Amino acid sequence: MSDTSQITILQAINKALTDAMAEDDSVLVLGEEVADPEEGGIVGVTKGLSTRFGPHRVRSTPISEQAIIGAAIGASLAGFKPVAEIMLMNFTTVAMDMIVNHAAKLRFMSGGQTHVPIVIRTMTGAGFGTGGQHCDYLEAWFAHTAGIKVVAPSNAADAYGLMRSAIEDPDPVLFIENLPTYWTPSAAPQPGARVPLGKASVLSPGQDVTVIAYARMVQEAQAAVAVLKAGGISAELIDLRSVAPWDRRTVLESVARTGRALVVHEAVTPFGVGAEISAVIHEELFSRLKAPVKRLGGAFCPVPFSKPLETAFAPRATDIEAAVRSLLATA
Amino acid sequence: MTAPTITGVTPDAATQRDIYRRMALIKANDERARKVIRAGKLVLPYYSPRGQEVIPSALSVLLTNDDYICTIYRGIHDMLAKGVPLKDLWAELAGRVTGTCKGKGGPMHITHPKSGVMVTTGIVGSSMPIANGLAWASQIKGDGRVTVAYFGDGASNIGAFHESLNLAAVWKLPVVFVCQNNEWGEHTAYEKATSARQIADRAVGYAMPGARVDGNDPFAMYAAAKDAVDRARAGGGPTLIEAMTYRFHGHVLGDADAYMDKARKEAAVAADPVPRFRAHLIAEGIATEAELAEVEAAIEAELDEAVAHALASDYPTVEELARDVFAPEAVVGEAA
Repeated sequence: MSDTSQITILQAINKALTDAMAEDDSVLVLGEEVADPEEGGIVGVTKGLSTRFGPHRVRSTPISEQAIIGAAIGASLAGFKPVAEIMLMNFTTVAMDMIVNHAAKLRFMSGGQTHVPIVIRTMTGAGFGTGGQHCDYLEAWFAHTAGIKVVAPSNAADAYGLMRSAIEDPDPVLFIENLPTYWTPSAAPQPGARVPLGKASVLSPGQDVTVIAYARMVQEAQAAVAVLKAGGISAELIDLRSVAPWDRRTVLESVARTGRALVVHEAVTPFGVGAEISAVIHEELFSRLKAPVKRLGGAFCPVPFSKPLETAFAPRATDIEAAVRSLLATA
Repeated sequence: MTAPTITGVTPDAATQRDIYRRMALIKANDERARKVIRAGKLVLPYYSPRGQEVIPSALSVLLTNDDYICTIYRGIHDMLAKGVPLKDLWAELAGRVTGTCKGKGGPMHITHPKSGVMVTTGIVGSSMPIANGLAWASQIKGDGRVTVAYFGDGASNIGAFHESLNLAAVWKLPVVFVCQNNEWGEHTAYEKATSARQIADRAVGYAMPGARVDGNDPFAMYAAAKDAVDRARAGGGPTLIEAMTYRFHGHVLGDADAYMDKARKEAAVAADPVPRFRAHLIAEGIATEAELAEVEAAIEAELDEAVAHALASDYPTVEELARDVFAPEAVVGEAA
């Protein structure tokens, strides 16, 4: 793939929103600073949308997260498909009632009379020195809630395709964007190409061990897998892409072959997504495992500011490599 | 109770009778609900709206089925005034599959889009942020619909109230915020929880019209509601109405309401707005005793039918646990 066919994740999300809004008048965008007079978002993900689609469909909001998600829910009940930005994932905590008690539950509580086809875009991720309240990965909280889907793409094509699918999905989808890798280029998506929700992607096939990752951890895992390969260890790398629902079939088929699995995420380990995946693998494949499933996640502390601490907070390629080697060392 | 003289805001005779019919329905429904629950025929958390009949009745005569409401757990009067069918409502109270929500929502989550009841929330204050979104949809479509958000005085102290009023004012949304000030937030008296002298004063902070009215006076309530609904329909933005009323019963059925001042409660019950308006209609020659008795008898008959229908209906099957969590076609990747 030549450089000219590469775009950044930020550009891919902008393109997905642009294409969706151009194709479907019912798609709306709202959130803090999303319109062009406010620069189309703090890093410009929504740049150009309000100029092209007008102030009725693209609206900057007050700093009012409950009001933002409430407005998205209400508009969706009246037939629209709003994409609401909650600027940073930690700010979802301010809107948890709207997300968890309302967006996720209205279909069930109404007996299917209403549904909430909204997308909640949010950015996060350690690496920019923003400390304890601006870069947490909180996906497990939402994955633990019946009625909302959670996706976390690692590259431009998936970001585009998952956004298109998320907007078309009839239920609420939390769309997690990794801030530090927004500007990382990767293969451009085919125009209009959807990536189905709940479907993982096998990035590199392997026989000895399965590494399951998502979001920025995919890039760390890719680096680790390359080093392992050079050392004669064949690791299969699965990019989960969707956290909830997650692709059990792809993961279980892989681990059934390799007999070893490592789950990697930036979120803290205890009670995390890795715990769920590990539990299911043990339940389904206990007799075929050659070693207990391993989990790697962020340190169990708030994200620290000081650079050496922040760097040590989330798993790195070397941690993943070491974890794989220890899995293989198990008899 | 005297009809205000301002031309154009006094409900005509037919509208007054319509308001009374809705009030009588709410009162009779409440009395029936408490009786049925106390008799042990149904088990549910029940938040009585008794005493607050006028507010949604005088407002709903200004709305159509296309207009939206978002209400709260103490909202059965709002639903009835808006036109949720009694049989569907009662079947939902009974947790039956014939209920508005197949029995899956229950009394605190009645939804009935056909009559414009879009959300009933059990979370204090949460009717308002969603009402804004419905109103935003109407603003984009230019469909002239109005959205009403009902809530209590306690809800004016939660963040969602402030975020919602601010956004509605900034976006000039066609929404009417109706605070039913019944003097009690669960077990806590208004003055112990609310710094504002009156909740209507909070409208000033959001640069929107605010009015405090006697929510137990159908004429005052109708006039205030008409002003707000007309403004919203004409694109003039939101209004905050503080409708003064009084909750005749404790927070939830079974609550001994020892915290409520006895004399204050007795005075409120003595001024019961339903018989008061009834007497007014007869005294003013707007309806006869026989006509109103007929209306009330019809309501009782409809209630008999609704309760019998609810109790005779089936419960949902356990398969319903897995339904309506997501759209049926959208379970990609779950099956291993």
